Amino acid sequence: MAERLLDVDGLQVSFVTEDGVVRAVDGVSFTLDRGEVVAIVGESGSGKSVTAMTLMGLTRGPNSRFGGSARLRDRELVTATEDELQRIRGEEIAMIFQDPISSLSPVHRIGDQIVEQIRAHEKISKAAALDRTVQLMERVGIPRAAERARAYPHEFSGGMRQRAMIAMALSLSPSVLIADEPTTALDVTIQAQILEEIRQLSRESDSGVIFVTHDLGVVADIADRVVVMYSGRVVEQGTLNEIFYDPQHPYTWGLLGSVTRMDREPPHRLPAIPGQPPSLVNAPTGCHFRPRCPHAFDKCGEVPPLESHVSESEDHLDRCWLDVSEKRQRREVEDGRIGLGQGPVAA
Amino acid sequence: MGRFIVRRSLSAIALLLATSFLVFSFFELIPNYNPARAIAGRSANQTTVNQVAKKFDLDKPFYVQYANTMKLIFTGQVIDYQNDLNVVDQFRQRFPVTFSLVVPAAIIWLVVALLLGSISALRVGRLTDRAVMVGAIIGVSVPIFLLAALLLYLFAYKWAVFPNTGYTHFGDSPTQWAYHLILPWISIAVLSIGFYSRVLRSNLLDTVNQDYVRTARAKGLSQRKVFRTYVLRNSLMPIVTLFGLDFALLLGGAALVTETVFNLPGIGQYEASAIGNLDVPPILVGAIFTAFFVVVFGAIVDVLYAMLDPRVRLTG
Repeated sequence: MAERLLDVDGLQVSFVTEDGVVRAVDGVSFTLDRGEVVAIVGESGSGKSVTAMTLMGLTRGPNSRFGGSARLRDRELVTATEDELQRIRGEEIAMIFQDPISSLSPVHRIGDQIVEQIRAHEKISKAAALDRTVQLMERVGIPRAAERARAYPHEFSGGMRQRAMIAMALSLSPSVLIADEPTTALDVTIQAQILEEIRQLSRESDSGVIFVTHDLGVVADIADRVVVMYSGRVVEQGTLNEIFYDPQHPYTWGLLGSVTRMDREPPHRLPAIPGQPPSLVNAPTGCHFRPRCPHAFDKCGEVPPLESHVSESEDHLDRCWLDVSEKRQRREVEDGRIGLGQGPVAA
Repeated sequence: MGRFIVRRSLSAIALLLATSFLVFSFFELIPNYNPARAIAGRSANQTTVNQVAKKFDLDKPFYVQYANTMKLIFTGQVIDYQNDLNVVDQFRQRFPVTFSLVVPAAIIWLVVALLLGSISALRVGRLTDRAVMVGAIIGVSVPIFLLAALLLYLFAYKWAVFPNTGYTHFGDSPTQWAYHLILPWISIAVLSIGFYSRVLRSNLLDTVNQDYVRTARAKGLSQRKVFRTYVLRNSLMPIVTLFGLDFALLLGGAALVTETVFNLPGIGQYEASAIGNLDVPPILVGAIFTAFFVVVFGAIVDVLYAMLDPRVRLTG
């Protein structure tokens, strides 16, 4: 039984703004074990990045309000003091950000930035830290690492920069690695390499990875389990196969349906989920997806609880009032594909 | 670097020539400009004025006058119209006074502005921040002659803490030198503190939201380390540019109001009276003098920038 690293339970994050209280994360729960990759999927504004950053305490500020719990092994992160968090950051949880050119300081050398991370937590000499840095850079596939350590971020290509960020994140062998859309700013070929790096390195160090993304292709490539978020809530959660082959929530159907597939005829129009995500200040009552859901009915005015409805798998959870047989029928759109569909088909 | 220096020096010469030409030309445009009469004096008759004009070549064409004046300047022989003094000598004598006024004031204002700007940014939105910002606006808005006069009135006259104007050379008595300069230093510093602390605060608040600051925090660095290494360093560059220009202008005599109010025999005071009397030679020399400093400090600032930010390349 793999060690449970993270236990997020009912996490709530709100921001007080001029326009009202933005409920960015509205009761999110999931877990992360050693050795597994959990993908958090959702569109922009779903709360996935806020969730990830809150685990490291990066969303704290005068306007943020927190609720619920997020435990790193036996320690509570939501209420941890700044000092405790400083020790945890980098050493036990590390993060790779989306855009490496803006996420790395432009006026400091790459090697120095990694050395700084190491020396902030371990008492070793600069020379020793530099040695380790060069080794790390080599391990993530940066050629001529000793030379390149003296270079500045703008002298690297995008893929190399991201590799440097990965090296930095893994420098202290953290047990949890959070990757916040690390490949979004890279081109597709580099994307594949970076994903491979992350997968390999996390296997080697036996860490758990939380991978935040909006790209289902990436999810299929790297995830063991998937958490689907919409408008601040988890709407479905399960293993990779469960989500891709037996999705239980209309939003997930919509996501899957919007992926164009190489093995099929190209559609006349790219399928998209109609409508816009709701405002996080004035969220609709009941199920947040209701306004865009062609399958909504009167019960949807009540917030559906996140529960297991599929009898064979008690860890496959979803937030939808429809019963399982209904779902399996409705999610089939033309020629056996899964998609959001038009709504209940007349018998 | 060598090419940079050569290129800069060449453009500096061109700039100084252009500045001097422009300033000289302005006086051609001033109505009723009659330097011959100004030199000869109000009561002189027309013959005397004509003789003066002849003596100073004031009846020659404009470009001839310009060439002559420039020659006089660079051979150190140019005389001012008002008091018949050698302008270059005057500048040489008066420069230490301006230097004594400007350099310590600059150090004071930099240190205080950095402190206040940082404190403000770190406590953004709270009472400290607002208080500092209000103070800064007042500092920027108060006219310098008013501030200088006020300081003089309160601290030199009413409460007699500081001496009532005048200047003592450093060589004669360091304590007296400082004693006489404290109020002038404050006068100059207040304006700049107000301005620079606001600029720094604004830069800091921008930098604090940058992605790389977030990364620094995610690395588990302490707040202080994040601030010093990432936030402050990246916010200083605009201040370096501003300071370079300000300092250059002040060395060239821009603190003329302060020097006049406190009766400090510096370059500014000389330039001020020259301007009042439309006395061209000191004004011309002053313009060239200031332009020289601007060029030099401009180059220094560019070099500093290239040192601070590796993305910047030195261009001529």
